[in-house]
Amino acid sequence: MLNYFYRKLSLLFFITFGVTVFVFSLNYLFPTDVLSNMSGITNINEIDYDVIAQKYNLNDSVFTQYFGFVGRLLDGDWGVSFINGTSIFNQVFRVLPATIELAIYALLYSFIIAIPLGILASSDKHPWLDKSILALSIIGFSMPIFWLALLLILIFSIGLGWFPTSGRLSLIYNIPSSSGFLFLDILRSNIDYKSEALADAFKHLVLPTFVLAAYPTTVLIRTTRQSMKDVMNTSYVKAAKIKGLTSGQLLRRHGLRNGLLPVIQMLGIHFGTVITLAIVTEVIFAWPGIGSWLVDAIHQRDYPAIQGGLLVISGMVFVATILFDLLYMIFDPLARRHGHGKI
Amino acid sequence: MLKNNPIKNIEHIARYSIAALFCLTLAACGKNNQSELAQKTLLYCSEGSPETFNPQLVTSGTTIDAVSQQVYNRLVKINPKTGLVISDLARKVIVSEDAMRYRFYLRKDAEFHTTEYFKPTRSLTSEDVLFSFSRILHLDNSFNAVGGGDYPFFSGMGFNTLIEQIIVVDDLTIEFRLSEPQASFLANMATDFAVILSAEYAQQLIKADKKEQIDQLPIGTGPFKFSQYKRDHYIRYYAHKDYWDGPPQLEQVIFDITPNNSNRVAKLLTEECDVLGYPSSADVEFLKQKPNIKLNQSVAMNVSYWAFNTNVPPFDNANVRKALSYVVDRQAIIDAVYFKHAEPASTLLPPSSWAYTEANTEVELSLEKAKALLKQEGFEDGFEMDIWAMPVQRVYNPNASKMAEILQQNLAKIGVTANIVTYNWGTFRKKLAQGEHDSVLIGWSADNSDPDNFYRPLLSCAATFSGSNRTAWCDEEYDESIYNALSSADPVVRKQYYDQAERLIFENSPLIPIAHALRYQVHHNYISDVEFNPYGGIGFFQTKKGKN
Repeated sequence: MLNYFYRKLSLLFFITFGVTVFVFSLNYLFPTDVLSNMSGITNINEIDYDVIAQKYNLNDSVFTQYFGFVGRLLDGDWGVSFINGTSIFNQVFRVLPATIELAIYALLYSFIIAIPLGILASSDKHPWLDKSILALSIIGFSMPIFWLALLLILIFSIGLGWFPTSGRLSLIYNIPSSSGFLFLDILRSNIDYKSEALADAFKHLVLPTFVLAAYPTTVLIRTTRQSMKDVMNTSYVKAAKIKGLTSGQLLRRHGLRNGLLPVIQMLGIHFGTVITLAIVTEVIFAWPGIGSWLVDAIHQRDYPAIQGGLLVISGMVFVATILFDLLYMIFDPLARRHGHGKI
Repeated sequence: MLKNNPIKNIEHIARYSIAALFCLTLAACGKNNQSELAQKTLLYCSEGSPETFNPQLVTSGTTIDAVSQQVYNRLVKINPKTGLVISDLARKVIVSEDAMRYRFYLRKDAEFHTTEYFKPTRSLTSEDVLFSFSRILHLDNSFNAVGGGDYPFFSGMGFNTLIEQIIVVDDLTIEFRLSEPQASFLANMATDFAVILSAEYAQQLIKADKKEQIDQLPIGTGPFKFSQYKRDHYIRYYAHKDYWDGPPQLEQVIFDITPNNSNRVAKLLTEECDVLGYPSSADVEFLKQKPNIKLNQSVAMNVSYWAFNTNVPPFDNANVRKALSYVVDRQAIIDAVYFKHAEPASTLLPPSSWAYTEANTEVELSLEKAKALLKQEGFEDGFEMDIWAMPVQRVYNPNASKMAEILQQNLAKIGVTANIVTYNWGTFRKKLAQGEHDSVLIGWSADNSDPDNFYRPLLSCAATFSGSNRTAWCDEEYDESIYNALSSADPVVRKQYYDQAERLIFENSPLIPIAHALRYQVHHNYISDVEFNPYGGIGFFQTKKGKN
C-alpha cells in the first residue's frame, strides 16, 4: 500500500516537472518581451531592465532561469498582471475557491442523482424505466452545455424569474471575502441579513450547478448501470442470494461496494472534463471563478496571468486524478497489485 | 420472489430526495421576504467601467453617469425638466450686467464625505471651490498634472483664456471674473464636469504623498459616498447621511458593470438590475411590451447632420448645397437607422432646448426642386461626390454607413453619384480636420443645456480653425448673431439672435440637420424618481424603491 502511494507521488512529481517546464517555456513562446512575460511589468525602461533581468536570472543559462522560476513559484511570486499590475498569485487564489466550490457541488449533485438512477436502470424488472433513464442520459450527454445553459436561463430566469442569470451572490450583500468559499464566508461574517444572503447564494448556485452536473451525471448513470448489471450477475452474488440474503442486504453488502468501484474511477477520469466544462459554465453565468478569469486573461493577452491560470488548473486536475486513484485503491484491494502508477 | 425489493427501496429514497430538493428550491425562490437592505439598495446596470472617479478629467458618458451625480456637487446645476440653471452648492449667484463677473454665495452646511480614507474637519468653503478650478487653470497647481493633466471639457470651452481671475471674497463667497462676456458661463459651470473637490483632502494626500488617490478614492459633497470599486465588475456607493439636502432615500447604490447589451436586458428582466442604462435600439421595442417595466424617452440634446466642405467646389455654391438638402429622406433614415427612435431634425437645435422655435425652418423632401436648383446652377448632368460616414456608433448616429446608403440612392435619382468613404475613427478624424472630405455624416451631443453649445462649436469661424466646424463655413453675419446672443443675459433677446442664426443656417445650408436621437431610460415600475439628465449623468438622490 505504501509502495503504491509512493509510486503515485513520484508520478505527480514528474508530471509537475513537465508542466512547469512547459509553462516556463511559454515565457519564450509568447510574443511579448521575455522579461515582461516573466515579471508582468510592461514598458521596462533601460535602467530598471538590468536590475529586473538580474532578479530573473535572464543573463544566466536557461537551467538557472528555470530553477529560479520554480523557486519563485514556490515563494508565491508569480509576477504581476499586465492589465492591472496586481499579483497573479493573489488573484488566482482569490478566484480559485469559487471554481472548486462550483465543481464540488456539481459532482456531489451528480452523485446523488446519478447513482440511484443508475441502480434503477440496472434492474431487469422495469425495462421501460431502464430505457427512459438511458434515453435521458444520452440526451444529456449529447447536448452541448453552453446551449443547455442558455436554454435554462431562458426558461427559468427570464421566463419564470426563479433564478438569477449570472453571478455568485447579489451585489446587494457586501460579504468580506476571507476563505473565498462563499457559504463559509457568509456564515463567518457578522452581517445581520445572513439567512437572506444564504438563500440568495443558493439561488445563484442552482442553474450553474445543474448545467455543470449534466455531463458527469449522464456518464455516471451509464457507468453505474453497467457495473451494477455486471456485479448482480456474478456468481458470488448468486451464491449469496441462494444463502438467503434479502435483496437489501445483497445490495448493501455486495452490490454497491463492488458496483460503485468503477464509478470512483470514472469520476477521476472525468474530473479534467468537468474542469473544462466548468470554464464554459463560468463564462456563461459570469461566475467569478478561475475559468472566467482565465478567459478574460486570454482576451486581454495578459501572458503572466495565462501562465498562472494554466499552472493552477493543470495542477488541480493532476491532484484530483491522483486522489481519486488513491481512493479507488483504498476500496479495491486488487488495484494495489498493479504496482506502477498510472494516470 | 423476494420479500424486500431493493429496487423499491431505492425508488423510495430517490422519490423522497427529489421531493426534498424540489421543496428546498421552491423555498429559496420565495421572492416576497425581502429585507430592508434589499429595499434600500438600487442596482443600476451600466455599460462600462469608469476611467477615473474625477469627471473633470473626462468627456465619456460612462464615467459621468457613474460618478458625477453620485459623488459630487457643482456650484449650480441644470433642472432636468426645464433645462434652466438652478442653485446647487451655491445658494445664490449674482451676475453683473455685462455678464463678466459671477459671484457665488455658497451654502454653509455642505459636508464632505467621511470615509475610511478621509475624515473631514470642516464643511465646504470657498477654498474648495478655488482648489477645484485652480487645479484645471494653473499649471503650477500641485494637482494639475495628476491624472494626465488633461481637462478636455474645459480646454474645449476655452476655460483658460475665459477666466481672468477667481477671487475669494470670504469663506462662503467666491467671484469669477471673465475676460470677455459669456452668457453660457453658468450653463458650463452646471455641467457634470465642473465638480467641486475637497481642498482639505488634497492637503492630506500631499502630506501622504499619494496625490493620484484624489481621482481613485474620491471625496465630494454629493448624496452618495464611495465605498468599493472592482474594475469591470461593480461600484458600490453608500448614502451620505449628512448630505446638505437631506439624507438620500437609498442606503446603497450599486453599479453592476455589464458591457454586453443582451446580458444587461436579461438582468433587468430578472430584477438583478432595477435601472438600465442605454438599451440598444433593437431591445427598446421588446422592453416596451413588458408591463412591469417603464420606459421613458426624451429627446436628447444631440443632432446628427450632413456637413459639406464649403471649400471644395461645387459645395462652395450655396444653391448646390440647398439642392442636396432636398434629397434627404428623414423618415426613411429614422425608420432604418434609428429604428424609429429619433425625431426628424429641421434645425440644429433640438426641440427640447428653451431657445428652440417651432416652424423656424421648413425642410422638405422634393427631388423635383433639387433637380431644378441643380439645373439652374448648371449641373443638369449631375456630378460625383464623396460622403464620409463615421465608422463608430454614437447615440446620435447609430449607423452612419446605412444613412449614407439611403442618401446615395436618392442622390442617384437626381444624377449625383455618391461614393461612401470611411476610415478607422482616428484616421477619419485626422483627415476630417485636414479638410479632405466633400461631405460628412457626423453629429454632436451637447455637454450642457445652453444653445451656444450647438451654434459656436459647429459653425463659427473660430471653430473652423479649432476643428469642430466640419463645413469650413465662415459667415460674418452668423458669427455676429451668436456672439450677440452670448453677450446678453436675457433669454428673450438671446432667443431672437439664435433664431436669426438658425435662419442663416437654413438659407446657406452649410450643413443639413437630419435627426435628433431619442434617449431611453428603462426601469422597473417599483422604482421612481430617477433623475435623468438630457445633457449629463444619471442621478439617484431622490430615487425611491418600493415593491408594489
